[in-house]
Amino acid sequence: MADIVLDKVSKSFPDGTVAVQDVDLEIADGEFVILVGPSGCGKSTTLNMIAGLEDISSGELRIGGQRVNDKAPRDRDIAMVFQSYALYPNMTVRENMAFPLRLAKLDKETIDQKVDEAAKVLELVPLLDRKPANLSGGQRQRVAMGRAIVRQPKAFLMDEPLSNLDAKLRVQMRTVVSRLQKKLGTTTVYVTHDQTEAMTLGDRVVIMRGGAVQQVGAPQELYDHPRNLFVAGFIGSPSMNFLHAAVQDGGLHTALGDVPLGDRVRRELEAADAPRELILGIRPEHFEDAELVDEDTRRRGIEFEAPVDIVESMGSDKYVYFTVEGERASAAELEELAADAGAADFAGAGGNLVTRLSAESPVVEGQSRRVWFNLEKIHLFDPTNGRNLTLHEGRAAGALAD
Amino acid sequence: MAVETTTRAKLRWGLLDVLVIVFAMVPVLWIASLSFKTPATLTDGKFIPREWTLDNYRTIFETDQFVRALVNSIGIALIATLVAVVLGAMAAYAISRLDFPGKRLLVGVSLLIAMFPQVSLVSPLFEIERQLKIFDTWPGLILPYITFALPLAIYTLSAFFKQIPWDLEKAAKMDGATQGQAFRRVIAPLAAPGLFTTAILVFIFCWNDFLFAISLTSTERSRTVPAALSFFTGASQFEDPTGAICAAAVVITVPIILFVLFFQRRIVSGLTSGAVKG
Repeated sequence: MADIVLDKVSKSFPDGTVAVQDVDLEIADGEFVILVGPSGCGKSTTLNMIAGLEDISSGELRIGGQRVNDKAPRDRDIAMVFQSYALYPNMTVRENMAFPLRLAKLDKETIDQKVDEAAKVLELVPLLDRKPANLSGGQRQRVAMGRAIVRQPKAFLMDEPLSNLDAKLRVQMRTVVSRLQKKLGTTTVYVTHDQTEAMTLGDRVVIMRGGAVQQVGAPQELYDHPRNLFVAGFIGSPSMNFLHAAVQDGGLHTALGDVPLGDRVRRELEAADAPRELILGIRPEHFEDAELVDEDTRRRGIEFEAPVDIVESMGSDKYVYFTVEGERASAAELEELAADAGAADFAGAGGNLVTRLSAESPVVEGQSRRVWFNLEKIHLFDPTNGRNLTLHEGRAAGALAD
Repeated sequence: MAVETTTRAKLRWGLLDVLVIVFAMVPVLWIASLSFKTPATLTDGKFIPREWTLDNYRTIFETDQFVRALVNSIGIALIATLVAVVLGAMAAYAISRLDFPGKRLLVGVSLLIAMFPQVSLVSPLFEIERQLKIFDTWPGLILPYITFALPLAIYTLSAFFKQIPWDLEKAAKMDGATQGQAFRRVIAPLAAPGLFTTAILVFIFCWNDFLFAISLTSTERSRTVPAALSFFTGASQFEDPTGAICAAAVVITVPIILFVLFFQRRIVSGLTSGAVKG
């Protein structure tokens, strides 16, 4: 067990492309850290560099306080679980799990004992004599995990270990992974492109984009206080709504009506180089049916009326989609997020507004509905660099803060 | 698309199969039939011998010439196959996995060797081998065989190596294997079907070669069977050796059939199934 420190770690290829750029990250002993981002963001490259499967172009990597830049994977004492599982098809489950131990030249009794132990933890005992070809996807996944835990390494690296499983099994395995990590208390770095996995599993989440770290923090912190447009759009499902907002006489003009601004944001907008156009971001759950909002809460937000497009009733609450007129929010980050999600799934940047209203709301498809939204929970982003203007000392304070 | 299994279709395919088999087997069977005939009935034109005899077989095994040639053939072909497959496996592995300078050149040159007309190389090789004093020796044949078998081996093997998921090798490295251990314990066992296929092909090539065998040998010391056959004289110098040659031809087909049958069982397809994904 050990901590892992990445000190300005970069990866560039001979043709000049930079896959990972100055990543600084300190992973404490026993911590469960998730690297997340859209495909091509450098998360897998970062993991491979920690593993030693790819060379580090510049910077320093330390595991347990020791510089390991030039060490071969076998000398780093870390185990990895691959997306493809990478089981040895010519060996049985037992032989697969024993392989690292046999390479470490342990005696046969110790090997058997350790394999049996790991097999018990992962409920693989009845499968020990089977070949990988005769296992289901979930079983193979567990064998791959077994092969990693069996030699009690300093750290686990997991490269999208659950992405080949079907949805139901994935949720199930997520808890298995989580429980296992807690039980073993081994430092773990986990790569995924699925923000739900990232939010539910990790102690801390590292969001990457284009080879650079966007924000590092606990899942809730990333959700509540995104540092920039990319983080805000990436975390959360359904994703945050983004609207175009024009700065006008100390307020904002948006498709949802005029939004008043507090002193703090206004001061920021008074600067000479301040943007004249902003992107307003608001999460679906910060909307509510105007009828159901009490007087006290109502003062903290504003209301608008829009035609209801689709109502999806979840039982506990309702997802209501509204069509809003007006200019679309546009920024490089939003386009990237839309491309990653497959434009259809990413409603945030379109003319659609996704809201999560109480189940009691009598909203009907095709009719117009008055909706309230919370001004204390909105985020304002600078479309040129994606910076969150409502963020002060790492906390998002909404539009009205003084 | 559903496969038609009507009686008519079966019949049609059956007929076609029989036709192909007959076409391919007639010359072989004819030689086999000749090898069982007595000198008197050799030219009677009957497909099935009227008088069966094993004299021809007795004759060839009695002459030292043939037995010696058989030993040469087996020895030379096996050694050449072994060396070519081992070298080919290493080269193919490098080609399929690594990006090293001159890789395209290497592949190109090996292809060039495969395309080179061997006949044009016989005279220079003859001179070279005489100078090097390896003319009419085992190495004198093994070396050119390896040279011409290597491109074949490299091409077949690199195709097999490319099919093996790279993740397996990474996994082996993470599990604590050196590059060599990863190759020996993970990659090579998975490439076994490819290694055996290549071994069969290379062995057949060496076993069947006549051109080098006849040009680069001069005595029984290293003459292989295909070359020795052409020097066959039968029991006495004045006898027509047709029967004996046919018997020898049948005999030298046997090892290759055994070789193929032995390795064929190892060529199990789908050996890598279950390695990756689900």
